[in-house]
Amino acid sequence: MAGADGDDSLYPIAVLIDELRNEDVQLRLNSIKKLSTIALALGVERTRTELLPFLTDTIYDEDEVLLALAEQLGNFTMLVGGPEYVHCLLPPLESLATVEETVVRDKAVESLRKISQEHSPVDLEVHFEPLVKRLASGDWFTSRTSACGLFSVCYPRVSSTVKAEIRQHFRTLCADDTPMVRRAAASKLGEFSKVLELDYLKSDIISLFTALASDEQDSVRLLAVEACVSIATLLPQEDLETLVMPTLRQAAEDKSWRVRYMVADKFSELQKAVGPEITKNDLVPAFQNLLKDCEAEVRAAAANKVKEFCENLPEDSREQIIMTHILPCVKELVSDTNQHVKSALASVIMGLSTILGKDNTIEHLLPLFLAQLKDECPEVRLNIISNLDCVNEVIGIRQLSQSLLPAIVELAEDAKWRVRLAIIEYMPLLAGQLGVEFFDEKLNTLCMAWLIDHVYAIREAATCNLMKLVEKFGAEWAQNTIVPKVLGMANDPNYLHRMTTLFCINALSEACGQDITTKQMLPVVLKMSTDQVANVRFNVAKSLQKIGPVLDSNALQTEVKPVLEKLATDTDMDVKYFAQEAISVLALA
Amino acid sequence: MSAISASEKVDGFTRKSMRKAQKQRKSQGSSQYRTQSAPVELSPLPQLKDAPSTEQQELFTQKLQQCCMLFDFLDSVTDLKSKEIKRATLNELVDYVSTNRGVLVESTYPEITNMICTNIFRTLPPSDNPDFDPEEDEPTLEASWPHVQLVYEFLLRFLENPDFQPSIAKRHIDQKFVLQLLELFDSEDPRERDFLKTILHRIYGKFLGLRAFIRKQINNIFLRFIYETEHFNGVAELLEILGSIINGFALPLKAEHKQFLMKVLIPLHTAKALALFHAQLAYCVVQFLEKDPTLTEPVIRGLLKFWPKTCSQKEVMFLGEIEEILDVIEPTQFKKIQEPLFKQISKCVANPHFQVAERALYFWNNEYILSLIEENIDKVLPIMFGSLYRISKEHWNPTIVALVYNVLKTLMEMNCTLFDELTSSYKADRQREKKKEQERDELWKKLDELRLSDSTLVQNNSHGLPGVQNNNNNNNNNNNNSNNNDNRDKSAEAAVTTENKDPDDSVAASESSPSAK
Repeated sequence: MAGADGDDSLYPIAVLIDELRNEDVQLRLNSIKKLSTIALALGVERTRTELLPFLTDTIYDEDEVLLALAEQLGNFTMLVGGPEYVHCLLPPLESLATVEETVVRDKAVESLRKISQEHSPVDLEVHFEPLVKRLASGDWFTSRTSACGLFSVCYPRVSSTVKAEIRQHFRTLCADDTPMVRRAAASKLGEFSKVLELDYLKSDIISLFTALASDEQDSVRLLAVEACVSIATLLPQEDLETLVMPTLRQAAEDKSWRVRYMVADKFSELQKAVGPEITKNDLVPAFQNLLKDCEAEVRAAAANKVKEFCENLPEDSREQIIMTHILPCVKELVSDTNQHVKSALASVIMGLSTILGKDNTIEHLLPLFLAQLKDECPEVRLNIISNLDCVNEVIGIRQLSQSLLPAIVELAEDAKWRVRLAIIEYMPLLAGQLGVEFFDEKLNTLCMAWLIDHVYAIREAATCNLMKLVEKFGAEWAQNTIVPKVLGMANDPNYLHRMTTLFCINALSEACGQDITTKQMLPVVLKMSTDQVANVRFNVAKSLQKIGPVLDSNALQTEVKPVLEKLATDTDMDVKYFAQEAISVLALA
Repeated sequence: MSAISASEKVDGFTRKSMRKAQKQRKSQGSSQYRTQSAPVELSPLPQLKDAPSTEQQELFTQKLQQCCMLFDFLDSVTDLKSKEIKRATLNELVDYVSTNRGVLVESTYPEITNMICTNIFRTLPPSDNPDFDPEEDEPTLEASWPHVQLVYEFLLRFLENPDFQPSIAKRHIDQKFVLQLLELFDSEDPRERDFLKTILHRIYGKFLGLRAFIRKQINNIFLRFIYETEHFNGVAELLEILGSIINGFALPLKAEHKQFLMKVLIPLHTAKALALFHAQLAYCVVQFLEKDPTLTEPVIRGLLKFWPKTCSQKEVMFLGEIEEILDVIEPTQFKKIQEPLFKQISKCVANPHFQVAERALYFWNNEYILSLIEENIDKVLPIMFGSLYRISKEHWNPTIVALVYNVLKTLMEMNCTLFDELTSSYKADRQREKKKEQERDELWKKLDELRLSDSTLVQNNSHGLPGVQNNNNNNNNNNNNSNNNDNRDKSAEAAVTTENKDPDDSVAASESSPSAK
């Protein structure tokens, strides 16, 4: 045996190839994931002559192993000897690209696309393109599906005769018998259009696009909508009307809601691609229809685009179009029967105020905002509140404050803690916009009530909220309004509330500064070190560690140190642990 | 705040069952997209049975046209009168085609199919419940069912009418018709799918020219379901139809049908919602195997390939299907797959989930399987022994332990000598496995070290060819090694038991008493 006399490397390698055949999937998977290590150890030549043929021939395996293999091979170029030899990787990847399981196939195609860039133009024609052709004319649909993703990567770098062949293959696949293949072709139509010469785009792609957009299966038609964006971007403006618009109009009126949904979903992209004139003449009425669609899914998708669509309207006629065409539809959506539609609208509607200006906002939009603030669905109200900043810039928030308050109060007490959490997160923003007086008067009690919420996540968020408020309103405000209340909770019979005091102190000490921390907070913390609940005591240790840096060394030595030392001898091991940790972090030992 | 109970406040996530209880109302959906302008009010036509026979045909056509009017059923208050007229007319039409002879003259076919297409072919609405779980949730029912049901009924009676002529109808009931019909199988409404099932079955039976097309399209639906969307409500119904189609396949089976089995039916087992159609699927698979037993090996290998890794519920279903297959397996086929199959079964009996273990152990209650095992006991027992022996001592569930003892007893009776040999070598085998594991770890460690100094290695390895031979050498070597290990193991054994306090060993030593009880 060669391995016996000195060449240590050969022994494990052989066994490793054996490992690739191990009965246990997990072990095979492990070996495959370390394939690059194996290849590295084998050296480039043996990787090419032994490892790759082995992988190509003998691996029939579970999809998980194949997936790992497909991924590995995409990074193998250097391991087989660089770009010169990269085509050696094609055979295993080719068979992986024909596998049934989609994730494996997709990964193989991804790797093929990656290594196609490393082929020289000659190799691309000699090795890569024939592979694409073989896949494109494979018997089973999987290989044809994979081929769809490879045309665009080799097209730009091959000779014109090969280009013609590639176009022909793509045409064939667009008309494939199997819907899966047509879907794959339709999804790559946009990508392929981008690498094609303009003449061929007009002569070849448009007819394919039209055919796919009127496919019998809606799952194919809706993919053509995506391609529509790329195609329209590539074509000169004067050709759009004849080449693209008939198909797009048809898609916007398709009998399947999935296709109409896709149009709504891609509306902003489409709008940019077709330009202002077509937008005015065609897209505005189409958009109105989508906003009034009979399916809630479509209306919601369209409602999501209201702001973007209006923003991108040509400036000269923007206001007029919005006021006469879009706003009436929007008004209806405010009282839609479906909450997803309303909440989609609520997430963008505030954005209209910047576009329409102060007067229009007050006259037309404000009633809608107010209506949505009173909506029965919390998500709608939340979406309005979370976008208040847009309105604030235009008309100031005071206009809304009367309606805002009940809405906020109701959300603050919502049964779902996630809703409560969401409104807490907007508090600092609201506080900034409403001003300190309004806040003290109306919202302060809410913020304090959250501190004793039943859900920890809310108490935690409330603590963090206080910190942000102090950053906004300053230490003096804190000292007068919240610190006394927070410290008062230290005497609460509920230990969870007592701990909340500690968490608040942790969060506030820095923002409040040394003076407040030393004079007001520290005594409370120290007093709590004798709490009967161990959780409180070890949180005292943690708090002391946290606020230590804010304190002066005198306070640390004379007040903190003795308490921590006492805690370090506590009967509870957690208390001991955290006390010792605090002592060492604060360097009090 | 007072309106909300504390418990609700604590747990914002209400349980699924609670949510459902709140949503007691049956949800309804329907989708008709601007197919026509607002419905015109219908006026009742005279009864067909009252009309003179010369005018009946004309009246029949008029009624069919009248029934092409569509109504909005989500709005339960509009067009009540017209809806009622249409319902009565449809009822009359159903009655007319099912009881009368000679009413299906050629000229009525286009009118009939037009009425059917207008009413039933529609894009199904988006699901009310985006994460609709067919096993848990109530389906959304078709709102226009009062009419649609009658139209389906009519279609069925039309197809079943003794005067029905496929040669005329095939101009209308064509590939496009079938394709739209198949898409409706995705309906959430089980009543609709049930009608569709019967109708498609009739069409398959009567239109020979459409059979291949129907099979191909079902193929496509399944492939899309498996590899693209994982969502299609009608899989069970389509499989049920296929079950009877497969039953009628001529022998020898065409390559197309075998491909369908291997590339569609077997991968269908990977679906998350397998429970919804597993019975139908297993029936189809067994049908195939009864037709052509030589398919047994690839089918079982396929099932083993897709064996569930984490879902115990599915694993139980797989085991059930394996038992169904074993019930019809030929002994020669059994020999071909016994090794991989029993490796899996041995993993199943050792499964910590007691339902999986129990399902696998039930195989030993099956007389036929038992006879197959007995015939091949020298192969099966060595595979099964390790797991059975181990769980007889380790499984947490007393029922499983009891079952395992019975199985061990049965196996022991089948070949006592082999059983004794395996018992006595068990410990040594386990240790050999452990040793192998260690060796593997060390190999990888070594390899990682090699990677660190790879630059020198690349040079060392440049003498290409000998590698393959080495490969073989090493394999042999390995075998030798493991033989040698046997000897060494014995000396090592004592050391291991004392030093390592290997838990398995101590268990094996101390727990021999329960087996005696």
